[in-house]
Amino acid sequence: MKNRLELLFIFLAFLSLIGGLVFGVIASIQFLIPDFISFLPFYKTRPLHVSMVIGWIFLASIGGIYHFIPVIIQRSLYSLKIGFLHFYLFLITGLVIIICFLLGKFGGREYWEFPPILSIPIIISWIFFGWNYFKSIFQNSFKWPVYVWMWTTGIIFFLITFSESYFWMLPNVKVNIIKELTLQWKSYGALVGSWNMLVYGTALYLMEKIKGDVKIARSKIAFLSFFLGFINLLFGWAHHIYNVPTPIWIRYTSYFISMTELLFIAKIIWTWKASLNDYQKNSHILSYKFIISSDFWIFLNLILALVISVPAINLYTHGTHITVAHAMGSTIGINTTILLASCFYIINILTNAEYNSFKLKIIKSGIIGFNLCLVLFWLSLIVAGLLKGIGIVDENLTFSEVMLEIQPLLIVFSLSGFGLFLSLLMILFYPLQTLVKFIFLKSITD
Amino acid sequence: MIRLYRFFYFLLFVCFAIYSFYIFFDNYGSGTKHLSVNAQEGKLVFQKYNCISCHQLYGLGGYMGPDLTNVISEVGKGRIFAKAFIKNGSVKMPNLNISQTEEELLLDFLTEIDATGKSVVKEFDVTWYGTVKYPDLHEE
Repeated sequence: MKNRLELLFIFLAFLSLIGGLVFGVIASIQFLIPDFISFLPFYKTRPLHVSMVIGWIFLASIGGIYHFIPVIIQRSLYSLKIGFLHFYLFLITGLVIIICFLLGKFGGREYWEFPPILSIPIIISWIFFGWNYFKSIFQNSFKWPVYVWMWTTGIIFFLITFSESYFWMLPNVKVNIIKELTLQWKSYGALVGSWNMLVYGTALYLMEKIKGDVKIARSKIAFLSFFLGFINLLFGWAHHIYNVPTPIWIRYTSYFISMTELLFIAKIIWTWKASLNDYQKNSHILSYKFIISSDFWIFLNLILALVISVPAINLYTHGTHITVAHAMGSTIGINTTILLASCFYIINILTNAEYNSFKLKIIKSGIIGFNLCLVLFWLSLIVAGLLKGIGIVDENLTFSEVMLEIQPLLIVFSLSGFGLFLSLLMILFYPLQTLVKFIFLKSITD
Repeated sequence: MIRLYRFFYFLLFVCFAIYSFYIFFDNYGSGTKHLSVNAQEGKLVFQKYNCISCHQLYGLGGYMGPDLTNVISEVGKGRIFAKAFIKNGSVKMPNLNISQTEEELLLDFLTEIDATGKSVVKEFDVTWYGTVKYPDLHEE
């Protein structure tokens, strides 16, 4: 089947998201009942949850880019073979990582807890992706719209920052724990920036296509927001480590700029939504709904990010659940909604999927449930974080006393997390069914 | 316009390279922050058992357990206190069956990271523009 590659990426992305949600629900229950599923303790479920959600973001972004590039260059992808090689290497490495976590084989640092040797196939698979991408876009000479700049930046800087995140193994870094922590968060901050480039590039591509207006990704404001985002990727990571005793200049570089990035993206989406007519909305109604959701979450997370970047407030919020609210609010509320918009758009185009009114109702109810649960989830984490921050800094409470105080909020967090899981299942069930039919059953009949 | 974009992109890239180079080679002004061989091994033990999944160093990590940056120097805690948890676990922490050698290495790591600074600062002044002044440290 011609478009099997991108559909395979999207299919695996959906599975990774569902897996990540399952482990996330288990981990949230373990916060309240540590013995829950005792053979799979929290120190295993947390990396499983985080890695699979990160896997979802990358797989869905990559699947989208593999689909969008031939449309943009009006030629086939440079090499489908390399694309499949990339897919299978990603799949095998992912499976090995999951097995390592289940067996309790770690060795890496936070977010990349797997044994460091597994970073090698990740880098190789990324080189395959980059090679295919650059060979494809340089087949034709054309004026790059801003989303091509964003994807290009995301691809280059993932490779740089992922490699940088392994500098802890170098002799002059491993002896100095402060330098190590600094480099770790420098690389992580830029790495998140690089995947945001892939995701926001996808958002701009979708807006252009759904609206049918090529100016949207070629305007000065689009490029200005891209450059602000790029500056943020390069220099705006230090707010993660305000309390680590690094030199002052490192800590406060460009945090204001990092905040303005989301403001610009929100402005573009807002302008786009206001000028969209009914026909354009209806042709990709579900993608449109997800983009509108992301608009809402960009605003909420922008406010939160601005507040917690003020050093005097960060003193209370750092190391609390507010950081989790910010991270999850961004990955679920912004990245996931944009990527769901992209996946629905591609599935819609490639499979001509038509959902009857019942199926549409289920998906739309899922979207409403998703947003309501996310609001509860997000607020419970913010209030829990505030109580923890004040309890530790001002009231001198011990860790156990604080945890006891915030327990009711953790119950709300856990329940709303379960609600999020159910809502996303409602959203994903029918497109997954369509994907199974097209990837596996159709290829048999082909 | 595209030329200008390309130039600006290149300029940012160069600035990033210089900035990264400086951060990588900076000495962070302190020899005391250098870990001993045992502490370096202890850090690998910390990673082997994925302690960061539940605990934090300088507020960075998981929130299931407490921040361990200053567990050795905190009043009422210390090396023996930490050792008891590492050895036996707790209601929330599973017994990880850590060997005695690994236990000591881990404690060496925790002792040396403790000497690098304070994770939670409780005495500070806030400036009108939102930054923080620590009495015994530099202005932020």
